[in-house]
Amino acid sequence: MREDSVSERLYNGIIKENPVFIQLLGICPTLAVTTSAFNGLGMGLSATVVLALSNLLISALRKVIPDRVRMPAFIVVVASFVTIVQFLVQGYLPELYKSLGIFIPLIVVNCIILGRAESYASKHPIIPSFFDGIGMGLGFTVSLIFIGGVREILGSGAFFGYQILPLADAAAGKAGFTPISIFVLAPGAFFVLALLVVIMNIVRAKQEAKGRPLPAKNGCLSGECSGCSLAATCQGKSKAETVSKEGGNE
Amino acid sequence: MTQLILIFIAASIVNNVLLSQFLGLCSFLGVSRKVETSVGMGGAVIFVITIASLVAGLLYKFVLVPTGFEYLQTIVFILVIAALVQIVEMFLKKFIPSLYRALGVFLPLITTNCAVLGVALKNVTNDYSILQGVVYGIGTGVGYLIAIVILAGIREKIEYNDIPEPLKGSGIVLITSALMSIAFFGFAGVI
Repeated sequence: MREDSVSERLYNGIIKENPVFIQLLGICPTLAVTTSAFNGLGMGLSATVVLALSNLLISALRKVIPDRVRMPAFIVVVASFVTIVQFLVQGYLPELYKSLGIFIPLIVVNCIILGRAESYASKHPIIPSFFDGIGMGLGFTVSLIFIGGVREILGSGAFFGYQILPLADAAAGKAGFTPISIFVLAPGAFFVLALLVVIMNIVRAKQEAKGRPLPAKNGCLSGECSGCSLAATCQGKSKAETVSKEGGNE
Repeated sequence: MTQLILIFIAASIVNNVLLSQFLGLCSFLGVSRKVETSVGMGGAVIFVITIASLVAGLLYKFVLVPTGFEYLQTIVFILVIAALVQIVEMFLKKFIPSLYRALGVFLPLITTNCAVLGVALKNVTNDYSILQGVVYGIGTGVGYLIAIVILAGIREKIEYNDIPEPLKGSGIVLITSALMSIAFFGFAGVI
């Protein structure tokens, strides 16, 4: 595929550099909203709209925004789109808005969005940037649906609200699936993400052995700051890591 | 007064910001390798969240509400927090260098910490007064400190254990957080 073509950008976002599976970005909303597949879908699509539109606008303005104030400028652009999306969801999908709650406005500080603005949209033309946003957003959506689906099936035996595993009913003496309700609660989110990380580590090791290494994970989880959009403004991480290393030497 | 204490306990322990609300996880998982650093980070978070919830509360009540611009809260809050962190950093560097040495390196990390923005927004959705908002902010910060220090303590011990290869790094940390999260569930009925 040609570099920066529409299909290459979509493939890149959904598979090759999937923000959650490969890069481990955007962990907070990934854990918080995936109590069901539908919530995951809603959150993913909201983030996709914000990503695509903010990438488009930032790319269009990339020659106008002075380099020194680009971070605040990006934040204002992203926050404006987030506010618009927030009102659309609140107006048309009030149920979803209630279950996603505070995590819709918190899309502003989602590292995927500022990360794409900084590393892609601010350096590339409008069309590829727009599709880069769509690709990354869909990659995010797919991962959220996957995690939400696993949690919903294990936690309540349903998928997108449809009961797919017949529930056990002790009173009626009916055998069936007993929901593991911890999976829809907070600890389940950590467990599912931990399993995902483990599976990806195994895949990663296998691919490496085959000589086709996957792109590096660059989320905050790995303690690695290079992929973070705010690495330029925030030197805190590397300093904090040095401090902890020095602490270890004493 | 009782209400303020309840808000504080609910924010710090019962609805722990990290383990049940999933706000600020990046730094929770990234800066929890040593107890010493995590205490510094926790202190910085308490400091910034307290000031941010005060400033955001004042701005919301006295600027956004009278002018009818409530819908701009997300934009205003994130910019205020970013500016505030910068100002706090400069202020500490100039006037309280000892505190700056303890907290300084963590301050820039906090700008994008969703816990700070989260608290500012929650104060609005929960309809808290400014005092209640500040108490909620302090409580959230204390909860962050408790959780990150416990995790760092466990991680220091885990480091010398024999962990299966694929679990090394973030895998085992996430499982530890899951177990901590179950433990914090025990507080669920307190309030």
